[in-house]
Amino acid sequence: MSAVEYEPVIGLEIHVQLSTRTKMFCGCALSFGEPPNTRTCPVCLGLPGTLPVANAEAIHYGLMIGMALGCDLAPRSIFHRKNYFYPDLPKGYQISQYDEPLCRGGRLGDVRIHRVHLEEDAAKLVHVGASGRLHASDASIVDFNRGGTPLAEIVTEPDVRSAEQASEWLKLLRTTLRQLGVSDVNMEEGSLRCDANISVRPVGTKELGTKTELKNMNSFRFIERGIKAEVERQIGILRDGGQVVQETLHYDPTTGAITSLRSKEEAHDYRYFPEPDLTPVSITQAMLDRAREALPELPAAREARFKDELGLNGESARLLAWRAELGDYFESALSSNGVEAQPLANWVTNELVQRLGGDADPAESKVEPSALAKLVALVGERKVTQGAAKQVLDKLVAEGGDPQAIVEAEGLGAVGGADELAPVVAAALEANPDIAERLRGGDMKPIGVIVGHVMRETKGRADGGEVTRLVREQLGL
Amino acid sequence: MSDILDLTAKQAADAVATGDLDPKDLYEAYRAASAADDLNAYVWVADAAPADGDASGELGGVPLAVKDLFCTEGAPSQAGSKILEDYRPPYTATVVRKLAQAGAPLLGKTNQDEFAMGSSNENSAYGPVLNPWDRTRVPGGSSGGSAAAVAAGYAPWALGTDTGGSIRQPAALCGIVGLKPTYGTVSRYGMIAFASSLDQAGPLTRDVTDSALLYRHMVGRDGRDSTSLEHPEEIVLPSATRLDGITLGVPAELSGEGVEDGVMARFEETLKLAESLGATIRRVPLPHADYGLSAYYVIAPAEASSNLARFDGVRYGARVDADDLLSMYTRTRHDGFGPEVKRRIMLGTYALSSGYYDAYYGRAQRVRTKIAEDFDNAFADVDFVVTPTSPSVAFELGAKTDDPLAMYLNDYFTVPMPLAGIPAISIPNGLSEDLPTGFQLAGPAFSENRIFEAAYALEQAIGFDGSKGRVAA
Repeated sequence: MSAVEYEPVIGLEIHVQLSTRTKMFCGCALSFGEPPNTRTCPVCLGLPGTLPVANAEAIHYGLMIGMALGCDLAPRSIFHRKNYFYPDLPKGYQISQYDEPLCRGGRLGDVRIHRVHLEEDAAKLVHVGASGRLHASDASIVDFNRGGTPLAEIVTEPDVRSAEQASEWLKLLRTTLRQLGVSDVNMEEGSLRCDANISVRPVGTKELGTKTELKNMNSFRFIERGIKAEVERQIGILRDGGQVVQETLHYDPTTGAITSLRSKEEAHDYRYFPEPDLTPVSITQAMLDRAREALPELPAAREARFKDELGLNGESARLLAWRAELGDYFESALSSNGVEAQPLANWVTNELVQRLGGDADPAESKVEPSALAKLVALVGERKVTQGAAKQVLDKLVAEGGDPQAIVEAEGLGAVGGADELAPVVAAALEANPDIAERLRGGDMKPIGVIVGHVMRETKGRADGGEVTRLVREQLGL
Repeated sequence: MSDILDLTAKQAADAVATGDLDPKDLYEAYRAASAADDLNAYVWVADAAPADGDASGELGGVPLAVKDLFCTEGAPSQAGSKILEDYRPPYTATVVRKLAQAGAPLLGKTNQDEFAMGSSNENSAYGPVLNPWDRTRVPGGSSGGSAAAVAAGYAPWALGTDTGGSIRQPAALCGIVGLKPTYGTVSRYGMIAFASSLDQAGPLTRDVTDSALLYRHMVGRDGRDSTSLEHPEEIVLPSATRLDGITLGVPAELSGEGVEDGVMARFEETLKLAESLGATIRRVPLPHADYGLSAYYVIAPAEASSNLARFDGVRYGARVDADDLLSMYTRTRHDGFGPEVKRRIMLGTYALSSGYYDAYYGRAQRVRTKIAEDFDNAFADVDFVVTPTSPSVAFELGAKTDDPLAMYLNDYFTVPMPLAGIPAISIPNGLSEDLPTGFQLAGPAFSENRIFEAAYALEQAIGFDGSKGRVAA
C-alpha cells in the first residue's frame, strides 16, 4: 500500500501598521515605545460621546498598496463595525472594512491577492504573572498607545504551497511595502504581522481540506517553522485516519507547540454592520493621481529593468529586486566607474551575502559599495584573481578599507604576464616530467596538476587562463 | 426675581444687550430656580456661572440646561445611567462648547431616560421626572428633564436629543417647543450615543423664536464629526404671520385611530386655523410610515447594542469586580444597565446576528429608504407634513411601564422623520383634559428656516398660554 502524498494549501493574512503621522481615527501621534498611555485621547480611549474621523493619509497609503499589488480600487468603500468584547478594544468594536473594502484582487509575484482593507489596531495587553497569557495571569494591564494605529490588512488567495514559499513571498511583500514607504515593516516590533490559513489535501485533488488559522508568527523563521509544524500535524492526523478540526491556533516559537485558541463553535459572531459614525470613502481622481505619483519603482519593475537595461540574468535580477537592500547596494556600487553589472551582481548575491549572513543589509556592513565595485573591477582587469579577490573580500568584511591597498599590502596582486609567470610554469613542468610528457602527447586532462602547482607557488595569484596559455606555449602545442 | 423667569430667552438676551438686565442676576435667578427643582428635572446644577461664559455673545448670557448625555468637562455626564454614575468627562461636547461661546453658559444637567431609551423619563437611573402641568404624570422622554425644566421655568431653554421623538414628544407633553433638526446639521461629538444614524441634538424652548435663536448657534460642520455638515442657510429669526401659498400635508393614513379624541380635535382645529391664515390643507400618502416604528425598533437597538459595548467596566464608569474577565463584564453590565437598556441591547444584538442580519437590520434599512422616498414624494406636493406630535397627552406615571409595546407607540408620529433624516418641530397646540398637546410640522432636509416661519405664524394664531406649567414663576 503506497502512502497518500499531501500538499499544503496556504493563504496568508498580513497586518501592516501604516507609518502615518497620526492614528487611524484620531489626532494622536503614533507611538514608538513611549511610556504607556501617553499617546491617547478621548477618541482612541473610546470615551463616551467621541466619534472617529478617518485619516486621509492612511487612505492614501491604502491606495498606494492597492496600486503596488495591482488591485482593483473601489471608487466607494465603507467601514464596518466588528463587534466583540476584549479589554484591548476600548469601544467594544473594531472599525474595519468588511464587504466593501478599499482594494480587491491583484497579484504579487506568484501569489494572488484577495483583498486589502483598512482598519484600526487594538491596544496592547500586558499580562502579569506566570502564564504570560490572559488566562491564569495575575493581572492584565492595557496600554492604549498602540490602540487606533492604522492597519492595512492584506489577504492572499490560497496560492501558497509550502512554508518556504510563504516566507519567501512575505519577504517580497515586505520589500514592496518598504519601497512604498508606507510602513516600518518590522516583524519583531509588530509593524508587520502574519497569520496563515492552512489546510492540506491529497496531491492531485482540487477540493480544499479543512483549514486552521495559525496566529502570532512574528518572524520569517517562525512563519516557516510554524507552518511546517502545522502542515505536519494535519498530515499526521489524516494519515492516522482522523479529521482536521477547524480552529484558531497559537504557535509558540520557543517550544514549537501549537495550541488551540478557539474552536469553530467558539468563533465570534462579530455582528458586522456599517459604521454609522463614518461616511463612505469616496475615491476621487485627485486621490488616485496623488497615490500614483507617490509610487516608487517596485520590485517587479526593478527586476525587469535589471534584466532589460543591465542585462542581468534572471536569477540575479530577481534576487536583487526582491531584496531591496541588496538591490540598493548593488545600484550604489554600480555607479562606480569601470565595473560590469553581471559580475558585480554575482559578487553581491553570492560572495557578499554568504559572508554577511542571510538577511543582513550590506549597507550596514564595513564593505563600502565603491570598495566592492573596485574589487570586482580589479578581477575584471585580471589584476586580481578570483581566489585572491575572495581573500580581499574577507578582509573588507572584517575591517573595511580599500581593496587596492589590501592587495598591495598583502601581496595579493595577480602574478601576471609571461615575464613573471613563465619561470614558474617552466619550474612546474620540470617538477612533473611524466605529466609534461602526457600533455605533449596531446592528453590535456592532467593540465590541472600543473595549474595547481603554479597556484600553490603563487599563492593563488596566478590567472588560470594565462597559466594554460604558457603551458601550451612552452610545450610547443 | 419672578419677573426675570417670565422672560423668554430672546427677551432676556435683549434685556442684557440693552443693559436692562445684569447677566449675573439672570444666571443667579435660574440657578436658584433650578436648585429648588422639585420635579427631579435636574441631576446636577452648577454652583456658579462658569468663568468662561461670554455674555457679550448673541445669546446674552442666558443660561442653558443640558441633557445629561452631553459630555461636559468636569461635570457629571451620566446619560441617565447607573453605569456612568458620577462620570465626569475630560472634554465638552462641541454643541455645548459652541453655545457657551455664543453666550449660553451651562446651568445644569437634566434628567433623561437611560441612554435616551424611553418615552416617559421613567427609565432614568436617577428617578422619574414629574410633569409640571400635573405631577402625577410623566413629562415624556427621553429628554424629559429638559422639557420639564423649560416648561416649569427652571430653565430659559434647554438642549435635548431626538432619536425617535425624544425632543418633540416631551415638548408636546410639557407644552413647549421642540425641534429635531436635519441630521448632520448639529455636531454629535460629545453626545453619548444611543443610535448614531438617528441621534440629533436640538433645542427645547418656550417659543419658536427661542428655538430659532438657539439653533442658529448650534449648526455647523465639526471636524470631529464626519457626519456633520454646514447648514446651507443662515438661520434667521421668524416673523411670518400668514401662511399664504403654504400647503400642509396630512398623512392620508392618519385616520385618528389610536389617537386620543382631544388630541385629534386640537389638531383639526389647528388645521382650520392654518387655512384661515391662508394655508392649503391636502392629504398626502406616506404608505411606508406605518412600518416606521418596526424599522426604528430594529435599527436603533442594533446601533445601541454596539454603541453601549464600551461600557465594560475596564476604563471608566461603574465596575463590579469578579474573578475573571467575563464575569467582570457580565456583572458590571448586569448591575449597571436598567431593564429597558438591556431589552434593547438584546434586541439589537439579535438583529445583527449572523443569519438574521438581512431579515432584520437589512430589511429595516430598506424600509428606511422607502420612508425617505415617501417624504420626497410628499414634499413634491406639499411644503410640510403635519401630524399630532404624540397620540396622547401626558399619561400617568407607571401607566405604561409594564408594557413596552404600548410605550413604543408613543413614537408613532415622531419616528419617521429621523429615519428620513429630515427636520420636524413640535409646537404647543392647546390643551386636552387640561394637559398640553403638540402639533408637529416636518419639512425637507435643511428647511428649518421655513419650518420656523410656519410654526411661528401658527404659534401666534394658537396663542398658547404656557404660564400654567411654569411652577417656578
